Amino acid sequence: MAATRSRTSSFSRNQSTSPLSQIPGIKPGPNGVTYVSSGIPDLDKILGGGFPLGSLVMIMEDAEAPHHLLLLRNFMSQGLVHNQPLLYVSPSKDPRAFLGTLPSPVLSKDEKSRGSIDQEQEKGLRIAWQYKKYFGENQQNSDRNATEYCNEFDLRKPLERHILNAQRIECFSIQESPSLSAFRDRCSSFVTQTSRKDGGTISPGRIAIQSFCAPQCCYSEMEWDMLSFIMSLKSMVRSSNAVAVITFPPSLLSSSFSKRWQHMADTLLAVRAIPDEDKELAKLLTGYQDMVGFLHVHKVAQINTQVPVILEATTFSIKLQRRRSLVLERLNQAPVDGSSGSSHDVSGSCSGGSKSSILDF
Amino acid sequence: MQVFITSPISLERHLHRASVFARRVILIEDQVETSGAFVLHHLIKRSLSIESSEIVIFVALSKPFSHYDRILRKLGCNLVAQRENGKFIFIDMLKLECPDGDEGNGVGGGLIDLYRKIQKFVEVNASTSPELNRCITVMMDDLSLLEVAAKGSSTYVLDFLHYCHTLTSENGCSLVVLNHSDIYSSKTGSTLILQMEYLADVVVQAEPLVTGLATDVHGQLTVLNKGAIDEHGGVRSKLHNFHFKVKENSVEYFYPGSRA
Repeated sequence: MAATRSRTSSFSRNQSTSPLSQIPGIKPGPNGVTYVSSGIPDLDKILGGGFPLGSLVMIMEDAEAPHHLLLLRNFMSQGLVHNQPLLYVSPSKDPRAFLGTLPSPVLSKDEKSRGSIDQEQEKGLRIAWQYKKYFGENQQNSDRNATEYCNEFDLRKPLERHILNAQRIECFSIQESPSLSAFRDRCSSFVTQTSRKDGGTISPGRIAIQSFCAPQCCYSEMEWDMLSFIMSLKSMVRSSNAVAVITFPPSLLSSSFSKRWQHMADTLLAVRAIPDEDKELAKLLTGYQDMVGFLHVHKVAQINTQVPVILEATTFSIKLQRRRSLVLERLNQAPVDGSSGSSHDVSGSCSGGSKSSILDF
Repeated sequence: MQVFITSPISLERHLHRASVFARRVILIEDQVETSGAFVLHHLIKRSLSIESSEIVIFVALSKPFSHYDRILRKLGCNLVAQRENGKFIFIDMLKLECPDGDEGNGVGGGLIDLYRKIQKFVEVNASTSPELNRCITVMMDDLSLLEVAAKGSSTYVLDFLHYCHTLTSENGCSLVVLNHSDIYSSKTGSTLILQMEYLADVVVQAEPLVTGLATDVHGQLTVLNKGAIDEHGGVRSKLHNFHFKVKENSVEYFYPGSRA
C-alpha cells in the first residue's frame, strides 16, 4: 500500500477526493470540464471522456439512412441508466413511442466476461509477479469507472419498462408547436429544473432533439429563427448541468446555413451510411461486411481551453458487434491483393477512387 | 523576410506594428475546423499587459466569461482582477436577442442598445482621464451571431459595424472582430464579410491545412496588413503566411516547412 501511494506524483490530481466522481455517470476532465457518457464506450474514448456538461453536440444526419438514431438512442439510454432527467424532442406526432426502441444495457454477461479477463491476466502475471500491484490497481480503477460511467448497450433488447417509468422523462413533439417560442420555454424550464440541486447532488440533464430542421416541423421558412433558437439553447445549456444533442439533416439547409449550424456546435459529428454492395470499398477496407456506416468527427468541444483536440483519425467505422453492440473502429486498409494489378493498387492507396475520396485514413 | 526564418516568429511583429497606432480595425476569420479564437486571446492578453494602458471592451456573443477567464489565466493574465480595475469590460451578450414584431424599435433595437452601451463605456473612459489618452479596444467574439440575433437582417449589423467604426475614427478606439469566413463562401449576398474586409486594416485568416489535421501543425495563418509602411516610406499591403501550433500558454508560429 505504501509502495503504491509513493508512486503517485504529488502533482497528480487526487480523483477520489472530488465530489463529482461519487455520482455515477459523471467524470471530471481537464480544465474544469465535467463529462457525461455518450452511451458508446468507443465514442467516449475518441472524444476524450464523453460529452462535456454544458456543451452542445450536433450530429449531421445521413440523408438516406437513420444512423443518427443509433447515437441518439445510446445517448438517451445511458442517461436513463444513470437516472438522469431527459427531454426528448422529435418531429414525430408521438415522441413517446420512440422510447420503446431504446436499447438496454448489457449487464450480466459483460461482468462475466470481465471476470474471465481478470482470471486470464492473473495467470499471465504470475511470472512477473512484482509488477502485479501496478497492473492490479490500474485495472481495478478503470474497470470500476467504466462499469459505472459508460455501459454497453444491446441494441436488440429494449430498455426495461420499470426504468422508463421511474424516470423523469419529458417528451415534446415539434409538430404540435408551430412557433419556436413554446419549444424554447419548454427547454428553458427543463434546464432550470436540472440546474437546481436536489439535496446536494447534481444530476445532469440530457436534451435530445431529433431531426431539428426536418420538413415536418414546418420551420423551413424560419431559418434565422431556428438559428436564434440554437443560440439561446446553447447559452441556456452552457450555464447549467445539461448536455444537448441535436441531429439535423444538413442537406435540407443551404450551404451557408449549414456552416452556421456547424459553427454553433461545440462537438460536431457526422454519420454516413455505406451502400450495401460497394465493391470498391469492400476491397479497400477490412471488415467491410460488418460495417453499417461511418462516423466523422469534425470538431471536439474546446471548453475553457484554446488548444484544439487533434485526433489520430477523424473517420471511424460504425460496426455492430454480434449484431447487438455498437463499436467504433478506425478504418483499416485491407492488404492490397497482388493479383488485382498495379493500376488498382495505386488508386486504392491514394484513396483516389471517386467514392472513397471522402474518407481519410 | 529571411531574417525571421532563424528567429522564432512572433505574431506581434505582424499584428502590432499595425496596432501601435490606434484606430485600427482587425478582422479575424476562421472556419469550422480551425478556430481563430486564439488570436483574440492573444490580443486580449497583449492589451491588458502591464506596460500598456489600454482598456478592452469585450462583447461576448459565443463564450461566457468563465471560459475566457480560464484561458487567459493560463496565458498569465487575470481577467477578474482586470475587470475590477476597470481595464477589462465584459459585456455578456450570450442571450442577446432582438425582439421581432412591432413593439419597441424592432429588430434593430437590440443592436442600438448594444451600441449605446459600448458608446457609454467609451465616453466615460474618455472623459474621466483625458490626459492619459488611454486607448480603447472593442472586441467582438463572433460577428455571425450578431446576424443571428438580428434575425438575418445584415443591414442592421452593417449599421452597427459602421457606428463602431466611427468610434475608431472619433475616439481613437481600435476594433477587433472575429467572424467565420466559410459561412460566406457561397457568394450569395455576403456583403457583410466583404464590407468587413474592406474596413479592416489587418485581416487575419486561420485555415486548416489542406492535407488534414496534424498534431504538430494546427493550421495556417494568413496576415494581411494593409497599412504596412515599407522602407521607402510608402504604404502598401503586406501578406504573411505561416503555420501555427496552439498551446495552453502560448502559440508557436513558424514558416511552412520549417518544422521537422
